[in-house]
Amino acid sequence: MGDNTIIELKHISKKFGDEVVLDDISLNIKDKEFITFLGPSGCGKTTMLRIIAGFLEADDGQVIFEGKDIGNLPPHKRQVNTIFQRYQLFPHLNVYENIAFGLRNRRMKEKDIAAKVEEMLSLVNLKGFQRRDIASLSGGQQQRVAIARALAVDPRVLLLDEPLAALDLKLRKDMQVELKNIQKRLGITFVFVTHDQQEALSMSDTVVVMDGGKIQQIGTPLDIYNEPKNAFVADFIGESNILDGVMLDDFKAKFSGAVFQCLDKGFAVNESVDIVIRPEDVDIVPVEKGEITGLVTSNTFKGIHFEMIVDIQNFKWMIQTTDYYPVGSRIGIEIEPDAIHVMKKSAYSGMFGDYSSFSDEIEHLSDIEEEED
Amino acid sequence: MTKNTALKKVISAPYLVWAALFIIVPLIFVVYYSLVDAGGSFSLEYIKSIGRYKDIMLNSIWLGFVATIICLVIAYPLAYIMARSTKNVQRTMMMLVMLPMWMNLLIRTYSLMILLQDTGILNSVFTFLHLPVRHMINTRAAVVLGMVYNYIPYMILPLYSIMVKIDYGLVEAAQDLGASRFSVLRKIILPLTAPGIASGFTMVFVPSVSTFYISKKLGGSTFSLIGDIIEMQFKSANNYNLGAALSLILMVLILLCMAIMNRFTGDDDDGGVLI
Amino acid sequence: MKQKMSALSKLYIALIIIFLYAPIVVMIVFSFNSSVSTSVLEGFSTRWYHSLMHDTNTMKALTNTLILAVCSSLIATVMGTAAAVGINAMKRKWVKKITMNVTNIPMMNPEIVTGISMMLLFVFAGALIHKDNVLGFSTMLIAHITFNLPYVILSVLPKLRQMDPHLPEAAMDLGCTPLRAFFKVTLPTISTGITTGLMMSFTLSLDDFVISYFTQGPSFETLPIRIFSMTKKRVTPDMYALSTLIFVAILLLLVLLNVSQIRGEKKLRNKLDKEGA
Repeated sequence: MGDNTIIELKHISKKFGDEVVLDDISLNIKDKEFITFLGPSGCGKTTMLRIIAGFLEADDGQVIFEGKDIGNLPPHKRQVNTIFQRYQLFPHLNVYENIAFGLRNRRMKEKDIAAKVEEMLSLVNLKGFQRRDIASLSGGQQQRVAIARALAVDPRVLLLDEPLAALDLKLRKDMQVELKNIQKRLGITFVFVTHDQQEALSMSDTVVVMDGGKIQQIGTPLDIYNEPKNAFVADFIGESNILDGVMLDDFKAKFSGAVFQCLDKGFAVNESVDIVIRPEDVDIVPVEKGEITGLVTSNTFKGIHFEMIVDIQNFKWMIQTTDYYPVGSRIGIEIEPDAIHVMKKSAYSGMFGDYSSFSDEIEHLSDIEEEED
Repeated sequence: MTKNTALKKVISAPYLVWAALFIIVPLIFVVYYSLVDAGGSFSLEYIKSIGRYKDIMLNSIWLGFVATIICLVIAYPLAYIMARSTKNVQRTMMMLVMLPMWMNLLIRTYSLMILLQDTGILNSVFTFLHLPVRHMINTRAAVVLGMVYNYIPYMILPLYSIMVKIDYGLVEAAQDLGASRFSVLRKIILPLTAPGIASGFTMVFVPSVSTFYISKKLGGSTFSLIGDIIEMQFKSANNYNLGAALSLILMVLILLCMAIMNRFTGDDDDGGVLI
Repeated sequence: MKQKMSALSKLYIALIIIFLYAPIVVMIVFSFNSSVSTSVLEGFSTRWYHSLMHDTNTMKALTNTLILAVCSSLIATVMGTAAAVGINAMKRKWVKKITMNVTNIPMMNPEIVTGISMMLLFVFAGALIHKDNVLGFSTMLIAHITFNLPYVILSVLPKLRQMDPHLPEAAMDLGCTPLRAFFKVTLPTISTGITTGLMMSFTLSLDDFVISYFTQGPSFETLPIRIFSMTKKRVTPDMYALSTLIFVAILLLLVLLNVSQIRGEKKLRNKLDKEGA
């Protein structure tokens, strides 16, 4: 355990009835870092957050805050504060009283409270909103009040439970930048929960990818994107073509009927593996020069690039390119060694990475479902 | 479009006439009767004679108030427990609370009387347990008990219906900001349930203060509330003028109490939470 | 985040249920007592139920109560629904406000005041037309309609307010006359409010004692009035038998209502599940 660890989670497990929501989670959270729990709905990320905040008790394991076990401490005695998904601003109190709420619980002097509220309001760009009614604020403004309210009590750790989910796209992008700035300026630990991979990658120092109550991978956004540990992570973060392959030898991978040079080693000879290739990492060459060839089955213009679905030996790839190839044309394909990422087989192998049934609509539908949860 | 709205206005005409005839006019009659003497000429005789009933009046308000507060104290935790329990428990509890309410008030009061009588069930139980027999019927306590027993569902229901609507996340948010259990109750739950308290208070206080059957059956002949006096003027003494004057005062007093009550709980403009 | 109840909560609920039901249970038990006593159990018998069935006055009162409840609730529902539509369309704020305040009076006023105020009106009107016994079915009917009306209006108004005001316009756009649009679109949309109002009126009317007491005449006795006169004297257990029957009837009604509600919800859930899959 490093000196700058602020929260240590040791073997946390939690069941709701028969359903295992968290399965033996261990994790260190460093002081002043921006850490994100990322995963689909039902992966246990919110449960984890609620256990740290004290709204839920773990069935097993310990929550250690600066060396002390706080598992039995009620929420109001913990030095962590939460920004809730639906803000949970008190409707019967105005902006000032909402922000002052935590300060009053500490029996601060009214003069100090007023100064602190003022300071917080300027931090979130809401100067002069003291006397406003909560109901009269827009979603973005309510969000800012919620942030000010939680930060007013000077928490060591701020927990954020999908705080941007209720905002529209434009506002969400602005708030991402603003939250990151606030975190840097105040130098406190942010523990962020989201199902939006773009949000996680752009804001975090550390990303914890979760699924099925287990941690799938911990790392920096770059690590997670470039070196996914298994098919789940590869599929969940960005777009990936995930293929069945065999490691013939060190630096030599065989998939799609051809042998490719790669940078991975240390596998057994002829070990079955999962191969990840990002859509933007595929080079298109004339058919006769290609290591493999494929048939373009669909092509959609996306603004910066074209997004094609290409049939290569009955496996549908997604390939992004700046040049246009009409549907029905044959193309040659070349892949650089550093674009090939080799992963050990896991329970997720074969579940993801094929674009045969891909369509934009399905993506949107699953997004909507997640928001309803 | 204009024709349509004109039609909509005409459609409420029968009700407006009805309301004028059977809500407003009767109240004018109450005022009229209390301001004339038996012969029909103007006189303040009856309004002035109210002074004689001052004690009964205050006693009625006091007992009604005590009963209402007892209802509130008992019903508040119950409503909270109900609101926080599972859907099935909520449904069953709602039914159990409403069932006695749908029984006639007279039957409920009478069955309570059977329990409390000197030779009643409770005293039989006391005797069986070798406890001294207690005189319970025909006391102030019995009357208050009767009010509480009859009207407590009217306190539970508005409190419950406002409490189920409170987002429990607000409680968590308050705890998160360092509020103890007690300050969550004082700063979050109480203010948010204030409209429910106000309507529960009204729904229990008004019938308690103006009751006559409960006091008759449980208070005995020596004991009168303002309702008993009014009832007597119309049903046996045939002194309509005095009865009207007493009713007028009762109405004004209740309005005053309500105004004070609303000052404490803040307005709710929809006229209260009705079930 | 619904929780399991703590033992303390369970005890609290149990105590309140005992408080609410002890008198009723005692009454039911004594309705089967073989003696006239109201405090000593002497044996099981159904004699009080038999004597109740042969009590023509009580049976007559029961029919009267039902007739009055049906008439008053139906009239109040029709008039109240029409009133709600009109009130909802009122443009001038102060007219609307005054109307609503007047509507609230019978609910806010003590029942005894409503009762005596109407009695005064009826007696005065009776004196005008030189009629001695004005009080009877018609005066009770007027009184019941009057105290039912606010409940109907207050159940229907919120539904009207929630309704999209462009809905009837859409119907007219598709060729409905305003009247037809009202029956085809507005009425179905507010039907739950109307049903609630009707049911509330019906039960209030069945149950009412105080207002009936001041507006009734000897020619027309309802069940609550009958119970009142029975409890004036020393009571025989046939009153218990009557109360027990009323209790059982209400219990059955409530259970049926709940069961149908649960069924409806289950059906809906099944349907949603199927659509989801």
